[in-house]
Amino acid sequence: MTAYVWQVSECLLAIALAPLFAGWVGQCRAWLQNRSAPPLWQPYLVLRKLFHKDAALATDASWLFRLAPYVVFSTMVVAAAIIPSVTTDLPLARVADAIALVGLFATARVFISLAAMDVGTAFGSMGARREMMIGFLAEPALLMVLFSAFMTHGSTALPEMVEGVLDQPHIVLHPSLFFAGVAFVMVLLAENARLPVDNPSTHLELTMIHEAMILEYSARHLALLEWASWLKLFNYACIGFALFLPWGIALHGAGVGLLALAIAAVLAKLAVAGAALALFETLSAKLRLFRAPEFLTMAFLLAVLGLLVYLLLGA
Amino acid sequence: MNLDYLPQAALQLPANVPAQQVVVNAAQWSHSALRLRDHGAVLLSLWGADDRDRDGRFRVYAAFLLPQQVVVLEHSPTGGAAGYPSLTHWFPVADRLQRALYDLLGMEADIGDTRPWLRHDGWPEHGFPLRRDAAAAEPQPQPGRPYPFVAVTGDGVHEIAVGPVHAGTIEPGHFRFSVVGEKVLRLETRFGYAHKGIAKRFEGQLLHDGHRLAARVSGDSTVAYAWAYCAALESITATVVPPRAAALRALALERERLANHLGDLGALGNDAGLAFGLVQFSSLKEQLLRLNRQVFGQRYLFDWVLPGGVATDIDAPAVRALLDEASMLEQRVAGLRAIYENHAGVQDRFRDTGVLSTALAKAHGALGLVARAAGVAGDLRVDMPWPPYEQLRPRLVLAAGGDVAARARLRFDDIVESLRLCRALLETLPPGPSLASVPAAAPYRLGLGLVEGWRGPVMIALETAPDDRVRRCHAHDPSWQNWPLIEYAIIGNIVPDFPLINKSFNLAYSGIDG
Repeated sequence: MTAYVWQVSECLLAIALAPLFAGWVGQCRAWLQNRSAPPLWQPYLVLRKLFHKDAALATDASWLFRLAPYVVFSTMVVAAAIIPSVTTDLPLARVADAIALVGLFATARVFISLAAMDVGTAFGSMGARREMMIGFLAEPALLMVLFSAFMTHGSTALPEMVEGVLDQPHIVLHPSLFFAGVAFVMVLLAENARLPVDNPSTHLELTMIHEAMILEYSARHLALLEWASWLKLFNYACIGFALFLPWGIALHGAGVGLLALAIAAVLAKLAVAGAALALFETLSAKLRLFRAPEFLTMAFLLAVLGLLVYLLLGA
Repeated sequence: MNLDYLPQAALQLPANVPAQQVVVNAAQWSHSALRLRDHGAVLLSLWGADDRDRDGRFRVYAAFLLPQQVVVLEHSPTGGAAGYPSLTHWFPVADRLQRALYDLLGMEADIGDTRPWLRHDGWPEHGFPLRRDAAAAEPQPQPGRPYPFVAVTGDGVHEIAVGPVHAGTIEPGHFRFSVVGEKVLRLETRFGYAHKGIAKRFEGQLLHDGHRLAARVSGDSTVAYAWAYCAALESITATVVPPRAAALRALALERERLANHLGDLGALGNDAGLAFGLVQFSSLKEQLLRLNRQVFGQRYLFDWVLPGGVATDIDAPAVRALLDEASMLEQRVAGLRAIYENHAGVQDRFRDTGVLSTALAKAHGALGLVARAAGVAGDLRVDMPWPPYEQLRPRLVLAAGGDVAARARLRFDDIVESLRLCRALLETLPPGPSLASVPAAAPYRLGLGLVEGWRGPVMIALETAPDDRVRRCHAHDPSWQNWPLIEYAIIGNIVPDFPLINKSFNLAYSGIDG
């Protein structure tokens, strides 16, 4: 019974913390650029503003356009439910493994792309086709990263992988995971519309990928989509922690004290990861669109290298 | 200066640069244009006037930029007719100018594109606002008329329509891309959304007040326009501007150039995804604008240049502050330039993007910054220096390549040269008054003012009326020449690179919409 309580609490925690993480990244970016930063809770203010507005819909918008924000948001919440960010005691995660997770992200992508094309504006379809191009290159790379981790840990379920690492008496360094880790960061950047693949803060409609798809959305629909994209970034960060830095995550049957410690650990990890993301984004320029495939091919190759290192060297 | 090859004798034209006027008939009009082109002229501007109240005729004027002087052809069709021979055959840039001339005055070129240019929906089909007998009544809303863009057909070709309302807060313009996938096959631009009727508003203004309206043709070139207007008026009235005033005007013009280049370099970095560049350059630009406010009382120097001189003088502490700022800027910009030029990501975006070849720039008569970045020499300050530039001897800044990187490099070099000029001006600021009185002007006189603004040569053609009033005032922005070139520079590039290319040109919307 407590497992289900933790399951629900973890989802709620992810939903609540995701905007904070986005706010933190935004704040770090501002500091690194010598700007005065918006408050940490700026994303919550954005959500409140958007939820208070009346939604405007394009006259040609179909049910798909209205449905998509809810689908995308719920997909991200379900994804959060199977990622062991705080505890491995997740009943849902036993049902759906990491490959299902990739499927969940793909579902969200399909819905948002269809919705973008639904209203028939040039920008919507332009963003959708770019998103699909990035997606079909990022997905195999992500799967390769996961396969490296599966082989190293001997399971496809994220909680079991975490438990496998934490059960060991001492820390084992896997060179294969190092390759996979770099590949994972590259996929994270591409999948979350961050620099150098996409620019989350641009106002130039012709260069947009993610933003172009949601240009026609307003009010609560836009709020859900923004929230979903913050959740996606949060989820990706937590997948990264589970695969490569699982220390601090509470194990099956841990007490309240350990769970509190686990929350503190994930907050600390997010703080460092957010700052690192902001630093990387500040230093890089946006890639020319047709360099993005090269970037993702590199991620794929690194993940394959990780796999080979494991298979050939057994490390 | 020899114009023997023209069919009629040239008359001296009041202007701040060497300028001559040639009155020709219809046959001579085309012939002269051809001869001028053979002698290396580019078409600078084309405008018309309704003089039916004086002598029953329309007049059309074409200003040509020769290597060391300006030639204005004047032609008045006989019998009050409003047609004239087209110049598009020799000067492609004439196309949009001729369309605008028709929309404003109903003067029609014999051949060429007949689609409206300025005349958008809501403008009566046969209402020509610059005609003397134009009804003063408010135009009634008209039903929308389709504007046929040139269609590109083929397998997988589709159009992307952008603007006039954009996702960011920028000026209105419509861009119609024909693309295959992400590759641009053709771009067609449409403007006129910012038409304010400035030429009509000029009519009947007091000559001594007109500089205020001229300063508002294009806000980012306010000094250039105000100076061009003042130069035209001062030439007509034979006013001698005190040396101190001339030096201060040049200082203001160079500071306008600096402010715009700093802003553009930041925006170029931002469009390549390097927000760091935007923040750094914006802070430098803001410091410059604040010092402007402190020293000149105006951040963007609106209305600081006025007929006869400048509005306020500057004192010794201000000179020191400006000199200190010049050293600071030189150092900071050099540092940022090193970052831009060593940043692999930025250089990858800049290089070979939006290439404008030297041959194309020459053939289409590109002007100003865009031309110089394509290796085409041309700078009024160098070619036909007027006071105080004849003493300053500015260096001609050129870049090769014609891509976004070249236009960025040119801006960096321009900043260095502008700072050198500012320093020279401040160190040798002549004593004396900074304002002279401008006598009353004789009526029905035409005068020109040409100033090298930060985009390129800005021209004002001013005609006087009795009682010290403006009869006709035509303002020309170099963006007229350079907008069509962006349509060439984008061909073969990918759609998401367009904002970067567009920013590297950074052409005026308000300046050409009039």
